Amino acid sequence: MSETMETTYVAHGGDWDEIVEAQRTHGDETLVINMGPQHPSTHGVLRLEVEMDGETVTSVRPGIGFLHTGIEKQMEYRTFAQGSTLVTRMDYIVPMFNEVTYCLAVEKLLGITVPERANVMRVLVMELNRMANHFVAMGTGGMELGALTMMTIGFREREMILDFFEALCGTRMNHGYVRPGGVSIDLPDNGLAQLRTVIEWMHKHVPEYAGFCNENPIFKGRMQGVATMNLSQCMALGVSGPPLRATGYPWDLRRDQPYCGYETYDFDVITWDTGDAYGRFRVRLQELWESLKIIEQCYERLEKTTGDPVMVDDPKIAWPAQLVVGPDGQGNSFAHVKHIMGESMEGLIHHFKTVTEGFRVPAGQVYQAIESPKGESGCHLVSDGGTRPYRCHFRDPGFNHLQSVPTLCEGGMLSDVVVGLASLDPVLGGVDR
Amino acid sequence: MTQPPTESGVALATSPSTPQAPITVKRGMWGSGPSDVSGYNGLVTPVYAPGPAQRPYGGWFDEVADRLESLVDAITDENIVIDRDEMTVNVPREHLLEVVQQCRDDAWLRFEMCVSVSGVHYPDQAGSELHVALHLLSMTHNRRLRLEVTCPESDPHVPSVVSVYPMADWHERETWDMFGVIFDGHPHLTRILMPDDWIGHPQRKDYPLGGVPIEFKGAQVPPPDERRSY
Repeated sequence: MSETMETTYVAHGGDWDEIVEAQRTHGDETLVINMGPQHPSTHGVLRLEVEMDGETVTSVRPGIGFLHTGIEKQMEYRTFAQGSTLVTRMDYIVPMFNEVTYCLAVEKLLGITVPERANVMRVLVMELNRMANHFVAMGTGGMELGALTMMTIGFREREMILDFFEALCGTRMNHGYVRPGGVSIDLPDNGLAQLRTVIEWMHKHVPEYAGFCNENPIFKGRMQGVATMNLSQCMALGVSGPPLRATGYPWDLRRDQPYCGYETYDFDVITWDTGDAYGRFRVRLQELWESLKIIEQCYERLEKTTGDPVMVDDPKIAWPAQLVVGPDGQGNSFAHVKHIMGESMEGLIHHFKTVTEGFRVPAGQVYQAIESPKGESGCHLVSDGGTRPYRCHFRDPGFNHLQSVPTLCEGGMLSDVVVGLASLDPVLGGVDR
Repeated sequence: MTQPPTESGVALATSPSTPQAPITVKRGMWGSGPSDVSGYNGLVTPVYAPGPAQRPYGGWFDEVADRLESLVDAITDENIVIDRDEMTVNVPREHLLEVVQQCRDDAWLRFEMCVSVSGVHYPDQAGSELHVALHLLSMTHNRRLRLEVTCPESDPHVPSVVSVYPMADWHERETWDMFGVIFDGHPHLTRILMPDDWIGHPQRKDYPLGGVPIEFKGAQVPPPDERRSY
């Protein structure tokens, strides 16, 4: 051992007093605490090496990679259409955004545009997913401060959205719903009615969050002036999304670099001027209303475009998307089956080739970025002219944002680390991929 | 400007003016996997990345190209690729720092952010097997620019841009971790996603995916990396 003896404590639970007592004799030394990887307030498996001087954090070093699953590598061995089901598992709170990012990149490489109704469906599921994400962000963030009701009502609202997703495509998470060329299936028969129920539910319940939190002195005491980051810090650290808008800079890719027809929707870019955890909360809260505004516009457009295609009309790319649920509970297209089995040999060949082999994408590379609820979600996609991505890299906003944890937390209290981290809203599935 | 491949592997007359190595060369009909009786086993198909673009590029591309060429001598029209409405500047690695410095600080360029750094491995491209793509974003002008740098596998060094773009820190660590590109001047180039003692760089093409064959009664399906690719 070196001359500076290091003491190691192993906490088994219930023995915190002993550790405090033992550390009392080393009062002049700093204490290094491993927060995570298994810690409920690290939003997954994030490890924070926190060096403490008393209650004050002197340094934080985030460690990531515990949830690295090699999705990007796996994609290189699957077709472009299968990629959608892989990217959806990256940031599992916002699967729709991963899928749209990826599909827009594939479509840019292919040089195709998707039908109008497919774009409306994409915007609809993205905005619903944005609301679900903000409910989770505010709910878990509140829970970590002891505001447990925030979590219970947050998940209650999210459940409504997940029920809608389940009715739409069969899964609550990891949908694989958005595919290159459009979306996998149109709204179910009662889809619009269910969407109306969701909208009404949200109108009724979203005001509760403001009522619970906005002027709550405990909530404000924990959030205001904590984990601050001003605009120049955000620019230096590449911060985007709500943390950037909470500094007052109205940067939103939906408005500034529109995709999926966002330029035709009426909504506001929400900003706040404090740059602290409270400001980020208020930005998210207000964005719920903006998302709801967009969803209502989607509702009108879906009503008008009933029966229009939701998949590009190209038999070399598209799988059948106008499906109905059969007696076996599986979605199927009888018209398509009749066409390929009874009418057209070429149709059968196309179907066989697109399903087994996939479609070819001309060689080249693109970078496609969209505004996910957490910030800029980007996809760098390279094709070598084959049927599989040659390289697919995801730029996850959480990955970039976690770099700013030391800036947010150093010099503050340990309890503020939890607040600062929650205000960034990272999801480790996306960070580690 | 994609180079149309021919069955014989000979580049067509419309090839780009500068001789450009194919990014990859596909052999046979199915890429990997067992031979077949189709008669196409000898097929050699080189795949070319889009080559240098012809002026005028259109939109704001000319403006940025002119400005960059006037600021950095090493950048000429030969380095600029316009493809699918995106601009790529192929930067020689010794000039990367100069270029990013100008990209960030020059008022007419003003790319404030480097949003993403990612690598690509082209094992067939002798002498420049490893590519690093930096995606810059200008909020002032609302533009995006890609800088692409290459280095050989035998000398995988690229200058780090962290001194100019602090946010590139983790992105460069990930590229080192996944591709083994050494970013000279990075403050703390360690693995980030893989364990610290990991050997190898998983995103390289010669790094196997792993996996086992799937057993069926009377048949066996090979693991994904040994199946046919088209």
